[in-house]
Amino acid sequence: MASTAEPDAMMAADGVPLKIRLRRAERMRKVWALALIAPLFVFLIVAFVFPILSLLTISVEDPEVNDALPRTAEAFREWDGQGFPPTETMVVFAEELAMADRGGFGRVSKRLNYDISGFRSMLKKTARAADDLAPLSPDAIHEGFIDIDSDWADPAYWLAVKRASVRYSDYYMLWAIDLRRDGTGEIVDVAEGRAIYVEVLIRTIEISFAVTVLCFVLGLPIAYLLATLPTRRSNLLLILVLLPFWTSLLVRTTSWLVLLQNEGLVNDTAIWLGLWNEPQELVRNRFGVYVAMVHILLPFMVLPMYSVMKGINPWHMRAAASLGAPGWKAFLKVYLPQCMPGVGAGTLLVFILSLGYYITPALVGGPEDQMISYWIAENMGRLANWGLGAALSAILLALTVVMFLVYNRFVGIDRLKVS
Amino acid sequence: MALPSYATPLDRAWYVGFRVICAAVFAFLIVPILVIIPLGFNSEPYFTYPMPGFSLRWYEEFFNSPQWLLGLRNSIIVGFFATLVATVLGTLAALGLNRAEYPGKPAILAVLISPIIVPIVITAAGMYYFYSRIGLTGSLAGLVFAHATIGVPFVVITVSATLAGFDNNLVRAGASLGASPVRVFFKVTMPLILPGVVSGALFAFITSWDELVIAIFLATTEEHTLPRRMWSGIRELLSPTIMAVATLLILTSIALMVTMELLRRRTERLRGISG
Amino acid sequence: MKGFVGVSAAALTGAALVGLSATSPAQAEDTITVASWGGAYSASQREAYYKPAAKEVDLVVLEDEWGGSLSEIRVQVETGDYKWHVIDSESGTAMAGCDEGLLAEIDWEMMGGMDRFLPGAALDCAVGTISWATVYAYDGDSFMDGETPSTIADFFDTEKFPGKRGLYAKGMGATLEMALMADGMSASEVNAYLHENDEEAVARAFAKLDTIKDDIIWWDTGSMAPQLLSDGEVVMTTGWNGRIYDAIVNEGKNFVIVWDGQTIDYDLWVTPAGHPEYDLAMKFIEYASRPEVMARQSQYISYGPTTTEAAELVNPDILRDLPTSPANLGNALWVDTVWWADHEEELTERFQVWRAQ
Repeated sequence: MASTAEPDAMMAADGVPLKIRLRRAERMRKVWALALIAPLFVFLIVAFVFPILSLLTISVEDPEVNDALPRTAEAFREWDGQGFPPTETMVVFAEELAMADRGGFGRVSKRLNYDISGFRSMLKKTARAADDLAPLSPDAIHEGFIDIDSDWADPAYWLAVKRASVRYSDYYMLWAIDLRRDGTGEIVDVAEGRAIYVEVLIRTIEISFAVTVLCFVLGLPIAYLLATLPTRRSNLLLILVLLPFWTSLLVRTTSWLVLLQNEGLVNDTAIWLGLWNEPQELVRNRFGVYVAMVHILLPFMVLPMYSVMKGINPWHMRAAASLGAPGWKAFLKVYLPQCMPGVGAGTLLVFILSLGYYITPALVGGPEDQMISYWIAENMGRLANWGLGAALSAILLALTVVMFLVYNRFVGIDRLKVS
Repeated sequence: MALPSYATPLDRAWYVGFRVICAAVFAFLIVPILVIIPLGFNSEPYFTYPMPGFSLRWYEEFFNSPQWLLGLRNSIIVGFFATLVATVLGTLAALGLNRAEYPGKPAILAVLISPIIVPIVITAAGMYYFYSRIGLTGSLAGLVFAHATIGVPFVVITVSATLAGFDNNLVRAGASLGASPVRVFFKVTMPLILPGVVSGALFAFITSWDELVIAIFLATTEEHTLPRRMWSGIRELLSPTIMAVATLLILTSIALMVTMELLRRRTERLRGISG
Repeated sequence: MKGFVGVSAAALTGAALVGLSATSPAQAEDTITVASWGGAYSASQREAYYKPAAKEVDLVVLEDEWGGSLSEIRVQVETGDYKWHVIDSESGTAMAGCDEGLLAEIDWEMMGGMDRFLPGAALDCAVGTISWATVYAYDGDSFMDGETPSTIADFFDTEKFPGKRGLYAKGMGATLEMALMADGMSASEVNAYLHENDEEAVARAFAKLDTIKDDIIWWDTGSMAPQLLSDGEVVMTTGWNGRIYDAIVNEGKNFVIVWDGQTIDYDLWVTPAGHPEYDLAMKFIEYASRPEVMARQSQYISYGPTTTEAAELVNPDILRDLPTSPANLGNALWVDTVWWADHEEELTERFQVWRAQ
């Protein structure tokens, strides 16, 4: 602003200093630019970002007891967790159980049953008898509970109600890594036979890694071939990569389902060739998952490598050869280092995409081959455990974002090309 | 990549081996897509070769089934409107991104691109949770919005790529000749970036056309799209009708791929003229 | 612009053409969606109920499939986003859903009273439609010589009868009881054991299942079970008796049903709580419960009706294939609806985790 005072500043035709005019014009351009971006930005915030954020928030919520039995929740929060809750707290609990509507009660019993198996039937029994419980004097109330079900003599059940009485908790986040809090609030492993999610997470990374390596191994030769052939011929071969790329994931997964089944083409051909005598199990297992996923993701590996390799001067290889390096050595020492940007882009892209795979493993994998996305869908859908589904989503999202930051660091978001 | 005359026998063996490996990988890529097509014409409901006979009965079954046709209709409607929303919003945003530098641009870009980064299950679950609360599930509108969000990044990326080769002096020339910004846009900018816009639109369309996970979460029976219907079918029992539908989907992909290639050539030609 | 306009115009024209040519069911006045179990069973319902309903009571029925888990209904009730008007449910699920307020109470006056129905087939929130059994079966052609499986224990005995076993993937109903019976309990003991010592019973069933875990091939839908048998992917599989029967009768398979240690249950019509079109749901259920309508279903599949009036109209030829035929009831177990109402949801989750480990 100080410069406007300078007497010899350049003036525009209307007498305003040119710098100000330019700045104004620049500002206008920015305003225009933002105005053009705004509709999409707002649309994505409303239709995409907000839904995901609201999903993530339920991973730290524990609403059932609070919503259905609000006074009980409050009373249990005040209890210090020693011994049994005060008798007044039990009275409130009995009163609210007697009044709870079926829907709210159903959600509470489902939630408590997550914590202690068998809680559902016990609570149902208690609620049915709660009308007789509420008029009891405070001294007799605990006995009244125990008369209905002897498990009420065990503090663990009361503590479970207390744990479920807070509005925000780490309950589902812990569950998503096979942990839980015991009666004293210590973090411990979930019950034996119930732990699965750490294994699923490791499995997800393992499958993604294996698929990435396989894609690299299969993609490298054909990317190299495509990059070194004359354009006319490479364009023809490129179609063989692009057609799968454009073909629906579901269609390609279905193909593999058909090809790999017991009476499918692969088994038939192999038996005909004498490779094996009995139909082999090629699908609904890990093998099927690898085959189908590699097939689907291979173009994402080949295309970035190809576009980088095409820019490498073939004379470098010839120079290396003329200096006496054998072909393989020239390739490893001279060619490959120059491909690294393409290799990095391809491997990271394939790895990131693999992490979120759902449909393909669901169709060609067995129960032991399902990845984290399957369990998100399962919990959000059939098991209706939204808190756990959201917690697993948070883990998968965090993993993806981290990998993407790596991608952005090494490859750059602006290099994300689509064809 | 012919073999030079000074190649050793080892080089020669390697050269042949390399070609064989490449042929195998190409076969791996393309055979699964090709073998599925004839199976839709099998006269018997089996998936083995040789096929006992040729028949159009599975296509007949498709075109006579109200459920499959409903799926086709829904797919076309959702695909069309999702593409429309994604293309208009995405093109405007790409123009905005190209126009000026300002703080926070990477963050904005990250938001605009994020729908193709976030795993689709999370997107679908979030939308399901949120849309059901505002009454958008169980309607084609919900699917349109959902599919538009995941198609939009492709439009932004392809249009931005076209704009990167765009000579801004042309806009200035238009303005200096007295054309209004709107007129300049339609007469100068639009024709030049059109191939990018259309490629983006095609990408958005195929994204919606093939999308399944969101449809699993959001669509009730009346909103089932073609892939959603196919998903139910596959899980129930693989039938040749599904192969027929798959063939139709493959043909759509080929048509879009060819269009895209023609557009790419056109862009290259235009670049040649303008640059 | 031409290219894009062209594409859009083509898409629009396509949409219009399809819209015109498909007699879209969505345009009919009273349309409901019924969720059921797919395959031959849905086909029998289509012939017996859905198609005639359009003609006889002006009700167009769309079909969907579901996996039988209460959670699928819970999601719809909690979000208010109803996919289904009427659901074909197992009894434990129906009872639990009623207890938890997820299912609407039936207008029993409209149905002609609960007394019309067999005991257990009329609940507060559910109207019985069929009785059915989970049985196991093998392909007679693969056991041409030698011993054939004849007891429930044989299903779990992979030494005596090597080979893969087909089991239902989505829930533990029937599988739990069969595992206990194969472990030496008789059908009459199982339910009492479940009530008295549920944790131990479940653990014992899982332990029994562990012994064949590596030999299991999972089926998700009723039609997959006979399919696994005919493809030779398994040597024996559990399955719903009507589906096996369908493969025997309609596809000429030489499958043999082993009537030992099977579990019998009702399937019932239910409707989600708070459905804005509750009246249409009742209209459909009332129609499907008319004796002459209900009796039609057994022309297509070997499931028994749930009212005595309908039972009298059933084709005598099919009687011996029904799960309730006295000849088949030697060591049969009626599913304990009350127990499953309390345990279905939890066991589904534990079962899924067990499968994935």
